[in-house]
Amino acid sequence: MNDMNEKRTTPLQLILAWGFVGIPLVWGVLQTLANAMKLFIH
Amino acid sequence: MVAQTQEAGTNWFSRARTVAKPGYSRWMVPPAALCVHLCIGQAYAYSVFNLPMTKLIGITESAPDDWKLTELGWIFSLAIFFLGVSSAVFGRWVEEGGPRKAMFTAACCWAAGFFISAIGVSIHNLWVIYLGYGVLGGIALGIGYISPVSTLIKWFPDRPGMATGMAIMGFGGGAFIASPLSVWLMRKFTTDTHVGVMETFIVLGVVYFIFMVVGSIIVRVPPADWKPEGYVAPKENKLISKNDVFVYDALKTPQFWLIWVILCVNTTAGIGVLGQASAMSQEMFPGLITPIAAAGLVGLMSLFNMGGRFAWATTSDFIGRKNTYFVFMVLGFILYCLVPYTGSIGSVAGFVVCFCIIISMYGGGFSTVPAYLRDMFGTRYVGAIHGLLLTAWSAAGIFGPVLVNYIRQYNITHNVPKAQAYNTTMYIMAGLFVIGFICNLAVRAVNERHHMKAEREALAAAN
Repeated sequence: MNDMNEKRTTPLQLILAWGFVGIPLVWGVLQTLANAMKLFIH
Repeated sequence: MVAQTQEAGTNWFSRARTVAKPGYSRWMVPPAALCVHLCIGQAYAYSVFNLPMTKLIGITESAPDDWKLTELGWIFSLAIFFLGVSSAVFGRWVEEGGPRKAMFTAACCWAAGFFISAIGVSIHNLWVIYLGYGVLGGIALGIGYISPVSTLIKWFPDRPGMATGMAIMGFGGGAFIASPLSVWLMRKFTTDTHVGVMETFIVLGVVYFIFMVVGSIIVRVPPADWKPEGYVAPKENKLISKNDVFVYDALKTPQFWLIWVILCVNTTAGIGVLGQASAMSQEMFPGLITPIAAAGLVGLMSLFNMGGRFAWATTSDFIGRKNTYFVFMVLGFILYCLVPYTGSIGSVAGFVVCFCIIISMYGGGFSTVPAYLRDMFGTRYVGAIHGLLLTAWSAAGIFGPVLVNYIRQYNITHNVPKAQAYNTTMYIMAGLFVIGFICNLAVRAVNERHHMKAEREALAAAN
């Protein structure tokens, strides 16, 4: 029998939560990486 | 039933209301922590506002009444100072009040800091910005920094290093988002007769508030005595305590002050070069590193700063906290001794490799230290103790730049060529790592007289 108080986290909630922080972070890393490449281009 | 009644009598912000119900995934907590750390990490990118804020009146170039860079530099310094102060002062409140209350408070202070600064820009009063971003923003930095870290440690007793590494990586990564976003916003709001700093502050305040509130909504604390499924307690290890130490009792232990010195040394060494990397690289390699390439180096170092936070803290779960700091101290010593050599032989690649590893360890020092504190003082007051320890960061924020800038200036006035002006500083930094090594060597398990009394008695009864 399930606990009446149980509130299981769904995979969709996990994807949304990680996407919410992951997408801006990846965007920022890519922007920085593009700038960092200038070090190797003469 | 009792729990439900207790819960009904509490408000939404209380710790009791954030206790996770069965079925809640602990993997929701890292994004909640990142919601806060990615926002407050903006502090590392604050310098993008410096130049535009020197032209608020003159628009295209600084007018006599415009603010000077030296005056603007105090905004960031104040924020870092209040980060240390607030994390030390509010640490116990953060721990006992719970993460939701702390994260929401941080969101309010952070957004208010931007809004007040926007008013300061609008009426051209620097003191208002000192109060807004410097004081209020600094308080948000302190509260927002320690609260998610402490929560993650409680959720991940099996991987505390990895968990804190994820959150503190976000603090390093926040600048990656803030920097291009702020530049883009300022470009959008700037006209021929107006510099768009005020509007950018308002937009950032709103966006950061929403982000941080989302974090405070989804964050949960584990129920008392909760353990992850299949959790096996670490084997008997004197350096991983099963007891808790009360926050102010931790200050009476030599372990706290030894770790304080270790963090201060590691941060001084990193912060000193992080702020000066652009100028230093161009002066050490004239003609080889251009200003554009130097900007690229700063970006690369920021990536290593962020990556090191996750990688080193995760590594510490496998090799132990003390050994991780041994690696930092030994490797740091070797690399700082090598930097002048790379300059003398003109090896840009060697210089870049040395600095990138040093900066990864600078980040790693921040992210590994909460787990080191947990090992020493238990989980109960780890957030508050972490808050007190962050005063080492404030101290390093003064020592690091002073060591680099003043010694360089001294050398140049004594006719040392610019390319060699940093060599003395590099050897001093290497010497600092020797002090850190000795302190780390002296770290032992906390004496049981410092353990919390109730737990000592319970443990004795169980035995």
